[in-house]
Amino acid sequence: MESLLLKTGGWFAIALLAFVGIMLANDSGFAVHMTIVALAALTAMWVGMSRTDYAALARGVLKVPADEGVYDDDPVRWGILATIGWGMVGFLVGLFIALQLAFPALNLGSEFTSFGRLRPLHTSGVIFAFGGNVLIATSYYVVQRTCRARLAFPTLARFVFWGYQLFIVLAATGYVLGITESREYAEPEWYVDLWLTIVWVAYFVVFVGTILKRREPHIYVANWFYLSFIITIAMLHIVNNLAIPVSLFGSKSYSAFAGVQDALTQWWYGHNAVAFFLTTPFLAMMYYFVPKQAERPVYSYRLSIIHFWSLIFLYIWAGPHHLHYTALPDWAQTLGMVFSVVLWMPSWGGMINGLMTLNGAWDKIRTDPIIRMMVMAMAFYGMATFEGPMLSIKAVNSLSHYTEWTIGHVHAGALGWNGMISFAAIYFLVPRLWGRERLYSLRMVNWHFWLATLGIVLYAAAMWVAGITQGLMWREYGSDGYLVYAFSEVVAAMFPYYVLRAVGGALYLAGAVVMVWNVWATIAGRQRDEQPMSMPAYDPARDRPLAAPAPQAAPQPAE
Amino acid sequence: MAEKRVDQATGTETVGHEWDGIEELDTPMPRWWLWTLYATIVWGVVYTIAYPAWPMLSDATSGMLGWSSRGQLQQELDAQAQRRAPITQALANTPIEQVSANPQLMQAAVEGGRAAFKVHCVQCHGSGAAGSKGYPNLNDDEWLWGGDLKTIEYTIAHGIRNPDHEATRFSQMPAFGRDGILQAAQIADVTAYVRTLSGAQKPDAAARRGGQLFAENCAVCHGAEGKGDRTVGAPDLTDAIWLYGGDPASITATIANSRYGVMPRWNEKLDPATIRMLAAYVHSLGGGEAMPVDQTAQAAVPADGAKADVHP
Repeated sequence: MESLLLKTGGWFAIALLAFVGIMLANDSGFAVHMTIVALAALTAMWVGMSRTDYAALARGVLKVPADEGVYDDDPVRWGILATIGWGMVGFLVGLFIALQLAFPALNLGSEFTSFGRLRPLHTSGVIFAFGGNVLIATSYYVVQRTCRARLAFPTLARFVFWGYQLFIVLAATGYVLGITESREYAEPEWYVDLWLTIVWVAYFVVFVGTILKRREPHIYVANWFYLSFIITIAMLHIVNNLAIPVSLFGSKSYSAFAGVQDALTQWWYGHNAVAFFLTTPFLAMMYYFVPKQAERPVYSYRLSIIHFWSLIFLYIWAGPHHLHYTALPDWAQTLGMVFSVVLWMPSWGGMINGLMTLNGAWDKIRTDPIIRMMVMAMAFYGMATFEGPMLSIKAVNSLSHYTEWTIGHVHAGALGWNGMISFAAIYFLVPRLWGRERLYSLRMVNWHFWLATLGIVLYAAAMWVAGITQGLMWREYGSDGYLVYAFSEVVAAMFPYYVLRAVGGALYLAGAVVMVWNVWATIAGRQRDEQPMSMPAYDPARDRPLAAPAPQAAPQPAE
Repeated sequence: MAEKRVDQATGTETVGHEWDGIEELDTPMPRWWLWTLYATIVWGVVYTIAYPAWPMLSDATSGMLGWSSRGQLQQELDAQAQRRAPITQALANTPIEQVSANPQLMQAAVEGGRAAFKVHCVQCHGSGAAGSKGYPNLNDDEWLWGGDLKTIEYTIAHGIRNPDHEATRFSQMPAFGRDGILQAAQIADVTAYVRTLSGAQKPDAAARRGGQLFAENCAVCHGAEGKGDRTVGAPDLTDAIWLYGGDPASITATIANSRYGVMPRWNEKLDPATIRMLAAYVHSLGGGEAMPVDQTAQAAVPADGAKADVHP
């Protein structure tokens, strides 16, 4: 009872503080955000005080199987649903802004629907809402299975989930309201950053706590990758967002850095968001889900060690390649480029280890659509991590920088690698999490695969052609020594590629819609009557924590 | 913990770890992978010796090749400047009225002007130079201040209605409504009359009243027949070309509040040769006029002394 009083009082205090924030707000955006915070705190208070068991209600609606004292999978289930929900929002906004670029009338003449405000909604939606949720959810799932232990601090694990959703809502509404730090992929303002820091530290505690109580002697490679993600993102987030608020009751803040130092800090962060948000934790997913789905041992333990340490050591220095030919001193540009090029093989180490894990199971590419998705994901990972070092070379960068080529590169990685491996993990997880024998339809997974693949190919090809065209047109000198094209002529030349890109995006979105249908039907407990396709064996009886400490279970560091 | 065993499919031994059914093979790292990694590292070291790379106490190593990004940019700019040099030199030394006598030089000037126009002029006049509301179309043969090479060059060099620049082209139409010179009804009459000048509407009672007002208030600049006056940039009202629109509402707004279009003067940003090129290009767009004979004779009007020609 006392702890209930303390909790309720805590939420009430937060709600009161938020009300004070509303009263004293200097700008309407801050007032809107404090209203959201107050509502969230009051909801948390109500759920805590009320006699109604909302958790049980939610389990009923979502048809969640009862917790049998096995693994703590509720936050994983919520995370997977949040991933799918936010993913659809992110893909849809992405398609919309792609169409805005082709048909500017779609800006609709309103500040709230202009490209400038919707673009961060798309990038944060897919990276932090879709990507972040799938990472938190799978990390909870994987760390429990590979440690054979339930989550440490279950309440904190739930706080991480809900706290992260609040962060997403504050960030997303902020973009539309025009609240931004104007730092790419770090747009949320100071108070949202502070909140995310709290949530992230809680996430770290849950994850490390679970590793500490593991029943396995060694820490599995997937957990090294997840841990590198959690620690490094904390460091990047805090340093890049160091800022002084103009007022404690206003949304605006100013960066602690100025000029080129600010730019370098931002791209140190920005590139490592690619490294430690979109690469290492997704490699963690690969290291768990690929061997599970293929039912094969990981190709090379030694390769996993060498490529892990070389990857995280090199990646952190690569950021300056975003600032080639700028005010950044030449020496820093050189180092950014050199580290990026040396990064090529460490990146490919992950692809090799994933692909070669299929040794002895290559036939599953034909028979198992989930394996097919994983293989396509790793192929796009390999392609994007070859293209990245190439684009970081100054001579190439002088052509490609500021063009659509960059957009194509990012999306080959994001749609191909992050998207495909996430979809594969979702298809792997949903039947297991909801205790279903199999997915509603494996053939629909195949449809999703082809729609998404065709979408990516159209997208990437359109952007490659667009980017190289753009770069060549900008620098084209006539034989008389004068530039040939006006900027507006280059913009006009992009039109067909922008349309083609939107078509690719629409196909990718269509694939995701097929997934939503498939996942929904699976959760509802239905099975489509169709010819079977191959899938790995699953024994629920073995999918549980080890009850007693195994002999010699003293924690040992990873080798 | 699983025992080490030899994997059937690959014939490779496992490391002996097992997590949730996942084992690891003890495959050595692929040689090609390892050697490529070493090769990139060696290349990296060599590259950082050749190029500016290692931060020292107060500066960084500048690299054996002496390369710098600013140096590279300057080299590229110089190379193009050198290609342009013969034309630039010739144009700088040839007064605009003599350029047309040299067809080869004229052609080169037009091409250079086309490139410069795309950088400096398209923002207002449009990439096809067709202009838009408030920004004149440069393709037609209607000119506010004159359409021969020398006049165009002067307009580009000194701009229109630039503050703090004596030689700029300047004129100001009164705001007949805002300043209370004419009543609203009178402005409606003048609007009707102005529209009859270009045949946009038939003469009626209002237009007749407007004609009287036009003669008293407007003819001093626009001429008795409304043909305009280039010395003050007063537009010809008898054609179908309208800078701010020829519908009754637009004309009424123009008479009531006047207009005050501004064009930058480019002689503070561009060198004389580029301005000459721009003049040649604009002249070539379709409406270019021949140089008046007498003006060629008194060609040496000093640039800053031209104020006398311009209406205040």
